[in-house]
Amino acid sequence: MKKILAVDDSASMRQMVSFTLKKAGFDVTDAKDGSEALGIAKQGTFDAVISDVNMPIMDGITLIRELRALPEYKFTPMLMLTTESGLDKKTEGKAAGATGWIVKPFNPEQLLAVIKKVIR
Amino acid sequence: MSIDLSQFFEVFFEESFEGLDAMEAELLNLEPGDLDSETINTIFRAAHSIKGGSGTFGFNSVADFTHVLETLLDQIRNGERNLETIHVNLLLKSVDCLREMLGALQSEQEPDLAESNVLKAEFESILNISHDETQESNTSVNTKSLDTYQVDFKPLHHLFKTGNEPLYLFSELADLGECSVSSDLTDLPDIHDIQPDECYIAWTFFVETHEDDKKIKEIFEWVEDDAKIEITLCGGLFEDDEPTPEPEKTVEEKIPEPEAVTTPTKEVSNEKAKKPTKSGGESTSIRVGIDKVDSLINMVGELVITQAMLTQLGEGDMTENKQMALKEGLAQLAHNTRDLQESVMRIRMMPISFVFSRFPRLVRDISQKLGKEVELKLIGETTELDKTVMEKISDPMVHLVRNSLDHGLETPEDRINAGKEPVGKVTLNAFHQGGNIVIEIMDDGNGLNTDKIKSKAIEKGLIHEGDDLTDDEINDLIFLPGFSTADAVSDLSGRGVGMDVVKRNIHALNGSIDVTSERGKGSTFTIRLPLTLAILDGQLVTLGKHTYIVPLISIVESLQVDLKQVNCVGGGVDVLRLRDEYIPILRLFQIFNHTGAIEQLDKGLLVIVESDNQKVGLLVDDLLAQQQVVIKSLEANYQKVDGVSGATILGDGRVSLIVDISGLIKLAGLKRAGSQKLAIDKSMLEPG
Repeated sequence: MKKILAVDDSASMRQMVSFTLKKAGFDVTDAKDGSEALGIAKQGTFDAVISDVNMPIMDGITLIRELRALPEYKFTPMLMLTTESGLDKKTEGKAAGATGWIVKPFNPEQLLAVIKKVIR
Repeated sequence: MSIDLSQFFEVFFEESFEGLDAMEAELLNLEPGDLDSETINTIFRAAHSIKGGSGTFGFNSVADFTHVLETLLDQIRNGERNLETIHVNLLLKSVDCLREMLGALQSEQEPDLAESNVLKAEFESILNISHDETQESNTSVNTKSLDTYQVDFKPLHHLFKTGNEPLYLFSELADLGECSVSSDLTDLPDIHDIQPDECYIAWTFFVETHEDDKKIKEIFEWVEDDAKIEITLCGGLFEDDEPTPEPEKTVEEKIPEPEAVTTPTKEVSNEKAKKPTKSGGESTSIRVGIDKVDSLINMVGELVITQAMLTQLGEGDMTENKQMALKEGLAQLAHNTRDLQESVMRIRMMPISFVFSRFPRLVRDISQKLGKEVELKLIGETTELDKTVMEKISDPMVHLVRNSLDHGLETPEDRINAGKEPVGKVTLNAFHQGGNIVIEIMDDGNGLNTDKIKSKAIEKGLIHEGDDLTDDEINDLIFLPGFSTADAVSDLSGRGVGMDVVKRNIHALNGSIDVTSERGKGSTFTIRLPLTLAILDGQLVTLGKHTYIVPLISIVESLQVDLKQVNCVGGGVDVLRLRDEYIPILRLFQIFNHTGAIEQLDKGLLVIVESDNQKVGLLVDDLLAQQQVVIKSLEANYQKVDGVSGATILGDGRVSLIVDISGLIKLAGLKRAGSQKLAIDKSMLEPG
């Protein structure tokens, strides 16, 4: 079973993402901000990371940059969640090493549609 | 797809050309800066539908090119960009270029992409500059990514009835990139309630593509009114800026394409240069208003009734009662036939605005080039004219308008010096007069320079120093072959087409052209054309045992000759003094070499006809009926015969020749009425 790390500061969002992914057959671990996620990520390995961008303590782009610097996450797919108006974050995210992005708001199907592009 | 799309091509071309005309007209209406949103919308829509159509029918070169036009127009429409003069000029050039491309495609040739590529690059440079300068927030959108879109497609139940097949849309969608689909069957009713021609299924797609949502919208825009369509951007995967295999592949795919297209067309495009596509050519199809077709069907219905009635009368023995009824029936048949004929003729009639609409652009371009200010006025654009006549009159008119601008109108300074408005006026006026359409091309320029024309004509040996000519006669000299007064051959005039060609073309249409001019006030060219080439109102005249037809339109009057009014002038030509005019008499029996016709002037009838502003009297035996005759070309069936414009078949089955008045005058060697040289060269009159 593929393991996914889902990061979001909003609880409802975390639940929704986790539920959707679990139903789709993934093993999901969640985290409420970038630094927590970084800690979790260092302890285990994940097949993919999905992270919100605007989060307290450590934002998603920093998280992705930090993770990408680690040898075990050099090739791991990492997706950022961003609103359509915040699409200008895309350049930044790309520079940090993100694999792709998902537009918020999204529904479960849309989420899966993108995730399935990076992990089967 | 198994449907043969080519059956729709002709309609597509027609509507595209119309769209281009509309674009052009609206573009010319546009003043940079002050922007009417409806105008720009019209332009946008035209570009948009050409793009849509060309994409649908596989004319990708056109679709690609219109795409950049559309993008620019869209930005202007949305107020993201101000309309500038360079945009208008570029768009106008593109209209021309698209006309060429579509014209080539229409004649089943590959379009020459050289020009469109240049224009496209210009558009792209305009479009890109703004992205960097003004659309700061959008630069990131340019970050390369492979995007995933969700497309919800929920057709209304009547989708099939509007002739749409979702499968085609789906396969088009799948062409954009990797595509997954799920269907929603919740609307599906119980099997007993299913109507086989209704659509109950809704679909949800996820498409992964490099294109933007506009591209997806385009696919579904045909069914916009028949379905709920939602396109949502879900996300995307970044791609490296350095050419990763994926984008490289697309580059590779795209680049050879234009090459592959241009190289083999080299020959074709040369060929095309020789005989320019479309322009000047006559299109073979015609768009007809439904009302005209309906009235036609109505007529045919009545004709069938009449025919049934006559058939019934024809059965059994003929009685007196029946004979009466038969006569009535025949009268009705004549009535039906006339109506039917009129309806059919109406089909070929089109408003002259089809020709006139070319001129705003032409005048704009030429006046810019010449540095003259010109106001073009169009009057009588709805005047209807036979399609064939219209297609053939277009080029002569262009020539005349060009001449008016180049030679007629003065520069703004000269005009101010002459005490006129700096803006010159050119007026095109069309109206019906009798069975003719009259087109006037007027300018308020300098008028024809009679002195210059005269000295030129003497120089060219067309007239002699001592000849005493009126101003009108001098002006008419410009229609003689080999005459051009332009001091230097300019870019605009002097293209090797003189006024003589204009005149010849108009004559070929059974029309005439003349000019009136006043020094300092301007000149007016008047073209008279028959409404149609196929049918002619004719006066039947007899000449011995033969029947000839004189075009009714050229007949001024018919009279019995009073010998006291006839004088013989030099060269053995008789002239009739009629009121205060002297009219040369042509004895038709002599010209056509018939025996057995009336030879004495006072025994026959004299038909006074007018052509090219000149009146002559034709001596005939008698006048018969007036009737409409169908013109059969002699040239096509036999050979050109001087003095005869065609032939027709009379009611009794005999062939009758139609007299060509101007040809006859030429044949008789007549100059102007009242002028001295009226000698008829006998040898010209011998047949054969």
